[in-house]
Amino acid sequence: MNTQLLTEVSAFLWQEADMLDHRDYQDWLAQWTADGLYIVPIDPDVASGPADLADRLNYAYDDADMRAKRVARLTSGESVSTQPASRTVRSLSRFRILADDGATVTVRAAQHLREFRKETLRDYTADVTYELVRGADGFRLRGKIVRLVNSTDALHSIGYIL
Amino acid sequence: MAIDLKASPAASRDLADLVRADRAHTSLYTDPAIFEQEMDRIFASCWVWVAHVSEVKEAGDYKSTYVGRQPVVVVRDRKQKIHVLLNRCRHRAATVCEEKKGRTNSFVCPYHGWSYGLDGSLRGVPHPESYGQCLDKGEYPLKSLRVEEYAGMVFATFREDIEPLADWLGPAKKWMDLFMKQGGGYPIRVAGEHRFRFPGNWKIQLENTTDGYHFPVVHKSFLSSVDEQTERMLDFVNGPGFVEDLGNGHSVMVMIPELVDLEENLDAPIPARFAELAEELRKEGHDEAKVRRIVRAVGGSGFNLNLFPNIACSMAFFRVLRPVSVNETEIHHAVITMDGGPTAANRARLRLHEHFQGPMGFGTPDDSEAWERVQKGAQAGTDLWILLNRGLPGERITEDGRASDVSAETGMRAAYQQWKKLMTA
Repeated sequence: MNTQLLTEVSAFLWQEADMLDHRDYQDWLAQWTADGLYIVPIDPDVASGPADLADRLNYAYDDADMRAKRVARLTSGESVSTQPASRTVRSLSRFRILADDGATVTVRAAQHLREFRKETLRDYTADVTYELVRGADGFRLRGKIVRLVNSTDALHSIGYIL
Repeated sequence: MAIDLKASPAASRDLADLVRADRAHTSLYTDPAIFEQEMDRIFASCWVWVAHVSEVKEAGDYKSTYVGRQPVVVVRDRKQKIHVLLNRCRHRAATVCEEKKGRTNSFVCPYHGWSYGLDGSLRGVPHPESYGQCLDKGEYPLKSLRVEEYAGMVFATFREDIEPLADWLGPAKKWMDLFMKQGGGYPIRVAGEHRFRFPGNWKIQLENTTDGYHFPVVHKSFLSSVDEQTERMLDFVNGPGFVEDLGNGHSVMVMIPELVDLEENLDAPIPARFAELAEELRKEGHDEAKVRRIVRAVGGSGFNLNLFPNIACSMAFFRVLRPVSVNETEIHHAVITMDGGPTAANRARLRLHEHFQGPMGFGTPDDSEAWERVQKGAQAGTDLWILLNRGLPGERITEDGRASDVSAETGMRAAYQQWKKLMTA
């Protein structure tokens, strides 16, 4: 097992998780490649990739433009459901390298997120698959698929980025 | 006027007093006794939408859902007849189906193995010897509801004695026909749904479907995320649209009159946001007439049709409401695609749906927040009223009912008058 790679990957993903919990959204946007896709599927089929999910209904299927719009909405103050904003704390663990072809690393992790807003504490548990591209100055995100364990259930609003 | 707060209004006073021409009493959102009566007098007593035909397209296709609070299975049998069956084994009541959707040859109770055909008939009972002559299988099919459909929309009712569906829908039928034109020449298909719950009464959602007034306020963040042309199109509150009471609690809100008939105005310029899609369709070899028809259909209809009590044809999707309790409601926003249509067009429809709907959409969460706050606020001043008088002065009699301006509360008044009729029948 390549523990060096595992350390590099987990350091990058923990940083990403910290950015989201602390709403450093501009930093978060900046670490994506231009062709990157952020996807939160409904379909629980773990084998489905971005191409399959393009033809299905998802909770989010964001290219660069939609990611920027999502961030703009969350920070605009125009959306009553994000005023006040949710507070979130997430932990990532159980990292597993699924593939590494030298240029791109595919990694899967477990994410436990707790959210508090107004009077309610909620849990969202997900399997998250990342596609990380190696660059001169470290990794960049090209893909993130967040598979909520309860994706097929009736959910409450999610006013942040999973 | 004095309201007796000690006892439930439903028990202590005439329900007819709780709905007036221009207002409804707050207890309609908060009184559990009224909710119980609604389940009986509304959801068990009129036509309730259960499915679109595309959800049960082939023999054996089924969908489990609810009529009011009662679990049912909608299933197509081998003779292509659609049945709506109570999801309850006739032996000791276990549900016979737990999947939301699927295809099967039969429904088998997991408890003692009683098995039922697609038409609900009881086919097999394990170890029947013990029953001797005391069990006639013909007497114990899954209980079946009366089912009728119009324009591909399937409705069920517990009542044999109410009017046919077509009469119940009345003038709403022509709006259903118009809505289905968003297939762009293909049959429309339900291709998934966003489900969410909010802690509030079902009528708060019912009202919202023909509430144009809230749009620029609640959906400001959505409007900021679309291009200027789209934003102008959605700036309809002072526009020429209208809300019309269609009878029996049904109503339509026309926000964008030029998008009422998607097969008209096909020569109009293609909106900038669909230019790329149009180009993609041309490259796929579709002729210009077809490209224009599909592109115009992709954006959806310019109106919301509210069908009392639980379904709406809302611009580009079906809005389904399911009452859970007096202060909890589940909503499904079912996405519509073109069955067999171009992949690019269907992807565009999926992405448009995700943009507004669902727990991570740019619209639904803000609606949901507003409705939660209605339910919370309704705990205060329990003797106060919900105002429904907007647009009353401008209301005029029409061929199908009555209409007023696009942000009038005419549709809500229609729904509450129907509520009163059913609840006091």
